[in-house]
Amino acid sequence: MSSAQIEIQLIACLVAVACAIPGTFLVLRKMAMISDAISHSILPGIVIGFFITQDLNSPLLILLAAITGVITVTLVEYVQKTGLVKEDTAIGLVFPLLFSIGVILIAKNANDVHLDVDAVLLGELAFAPFDRLFIGGTDVGPKSLWIIGIILIVTIALLIAFFKELKISTFDAGLSASLGFSPMLIHYGLMTVSSVTTVGAFDAVGAILVVALMIAPAAAAYLLTTDLKKLLALAILFGIFSALSGYWFAHWLDASIAGSITTMLGVLFLMVYLFAPSKGLIAVMYREKQQRIEVLLLTFLLHLKNHDEERERHVNHLNEHINWQKIRSKTVLDLALKNNMVSIDNNIVSLTEKGDEFTSKAINYIITNEDAQIEDMKDDFFLFRG
Amino acid sequence: MTIDFLDYIQLVFNDYTLRTITLGTAILGAVTGMLGSFAVLRKQSLLGDAISHAALPGIAIAFLITGAKDTNTLLIGALISGLIGTFWIRGIITKTHLKSDTALGLILSLFFGFGMLLLTFIQKQPNANQAGLDKYLFGQAATLVESDVWLMAIVTGLCLIVLLLFWKEFKLLLFDKDYAKTLGFNIKTIDVLITSFIVLAIVLGLQTVGVVLMSAMLLAPAAAARQWTNSLSRMVFLAALFGAFSGVFGTAISASQNNLSTGPVIVIVASVFVIVSFIFSPSRGLLFRQIRFIANRRDLEQKKTLAFMYHIAKTHDSISHPHTIKILNNFQGFTRKTLQKLVDKDYVTIDGTMWSLTQKGFDTASNLFNQQNKDDE
Repeated sequence: MSSAQIEIQLIACLVAVACAIPGTFLVLRKMAMISDAISHSILPGIVIGFFITQDLNSPLLILLAAITGVITVTLVEYVQKTGLVKEDTAIGLVFPLLFSIGVILIAKNANDVHLDVDAVLLGELAFAPFDRLFIGGTDVGPKSLWIIGIILIVTIALLIAFFKELKISTFDAGLSASLGFSPMLIHYGLMTVSSVTTVGAFDAVGAILVVALMIAPAAAAYLLTTDLKKLLALAILFGIFSALSGYWFAHWLDASIAGSITTMLGVLFLMVYLFAPSKGLIAVMYREKQQRIEVLLLTFLLHLKNHDEERERHVNHLNEHINWQKIRSKTVLDLALKNNMVSIDNNIVSLTEKGDEFTSKAINYIITNEDAQIEDMKDDFFLFRG
Repeated sequence: MTIDFLDYIQLVFNDYTLRTITLGTAILGAVTGMLGSFAVLRKQSLLGDAISHAALPGIAIAFLITGAKDTNTLLIGALISGLIGTFWIRGIITKTHLKSDTALGLILSLFFGFGMLLLTFIQKQPNANQAGLDKYLFGQAATLVESDVWLMAIVTGLCLIVLLLFWKEFKLLLFDKDYAKTLGFNIKTIDVLITSFIVLAIVLGLQTVGVVLMSAMLLAPAAAARQWTNSLSRMVFLAALFGAFSGVFGTAISASQNNLSTGPVIVIVASVFVIVSFIFSPSRGLLFRQIRFIANRRDLEQKKTLAFMYHIAKTHDSISHPHTIKILNNFQGFTRKTLQKLVDKDYVTIDGTMWSLTQKGFDTASNLFNQQNKDDE
């Protein structure tokens, strides 16, 4: 590995961590799309800043772009408050307008501006090591590394200092207001941090990857845990993992690093989405199927309890009467047998003592509308789940 | 200026390129406006943004497979990947606890990043035929040819037919999903149908306005139209009109200036429609709402003053017993203006610094809070 490669990977990791922290809170606050809006609408801020400073890495540029980001959020909230359109429409109206203004500003001054929209949207991490920062004539490393490093340190400091406030205002804005932390202040603080991170990172990785790095690790982590600290840690871990694996994937494919990191994030999310232990797609589908069979079982047991006549309890009759397919009734019957809920004698099905007790309790819960209790009850009675 | 304008009109009819672009953007605006109305009303505004981004890898993969830059092939790729994105979003929302905004942002950025990876990968290939794929990023209306416009027109026609055929179903689905279900309509099919058409319209627009700005084409005309009417059919019609006009004006403005790409200009024109509608719409607009608000407040203040006077006058034997204006000064609802208004209405008479209630004013005030006297104000 050359030193440029190490620097690129370092920058990618720092960006990933810097994005994952505000991203986690955006996802939890259901404001993920705001990051998309910010990442687009900071364009005019960047362009205007660039006209003034003629330097893509100047702090003024970051400041201006961050202000544009906060203006975007304020505008979106203003439009929402008028009640003329639904909330998400407000986002969708504001950012394309600002982005268009940015594009036109660039286009109108294309001749004397070394700034093109592709670069803003996509970034080019591979070039980051070439733009170096000199302090007193000595080379201290790439500029982007310093910028994102400072942003990250500030973000982490803010996170540690305001962790409690962030947590409370995210999960219970009312409580946080009554405890004396202003949810508004935290909200705009978070928006500012998000804007600054977006701006700091856009030059290295582009606006779209910033969105991916903010949302995807947090979303994947959210499928695995509901503990805020673990969530943050997992999101950061996912971010770093995809930054590193993405870099090498791009290296192998000789393609855009930003695109490759995003693709890695996508693969990662897909894996978590499919295989997460309790909230993944497969787990959810399995559970839904299990619950469906268990509800059928309950229906079946209720039917048995209601009918003493042998005619009603004959295996064949069950098939016809409850109107189940053969396979389904067999599954249900097997489950009931395995759990010792019923016994079959001469093709006549009857409830066992245990089955009787289970059914009575179930009816009781259904009547009193405490359906949630049934899940616990299943644990007590079931040897095998559906 | 008028001559320029006439010249331009003439140019639109004579110049092939300009005519194609103008027609193309107008049709595009109309169809996206039409379908956008449904997206906006179904609270799926940002779906368009996600779909347009999600279409990008499809374009790249279609190119990788066929190696051809034929618009229709690429659009089919875009359509497929847009649909995959849409249904994945739906899967995330229904099967996990992640919220819709997370799902949208996730699919949007992940698909787009993957698309960019493929695009940069294609650019490194020896096959030099790839230049021009990135026009789908920001759109280039200038590359529209007649066959593209025909395609748009056909899709728009198809979309109109489907809309008219299933109008009742769409409307029911929009406003009362459960009712539609109880009536026995197959909600899922209708839902898939409308979503697919939205995806189709977005994909069509990619070439003209590009991935990034496509969502605005979907939203802005619909959001503007929403302000003017409460009827769905009128809203769809207005949205189509606004969309078409945005296309025509946007093309005109960008054609008359150097270095102005069409997509962003169309979006800005559409946004101007939105802003104007937000402010000037008679029933919902901010301006008239503010005017109504002020008028109501004035009216309330006037009535407060009248009620105050009434309570003073009640304690005296004669209604028209004069009182000094000074005693009103402690009272909040009172200004010189409201007093003058009351005089104009014959509720009060003023004599120097004294006022007194008239019989009419007294009667109105006594009925002020019990709705008996409907015709006062």
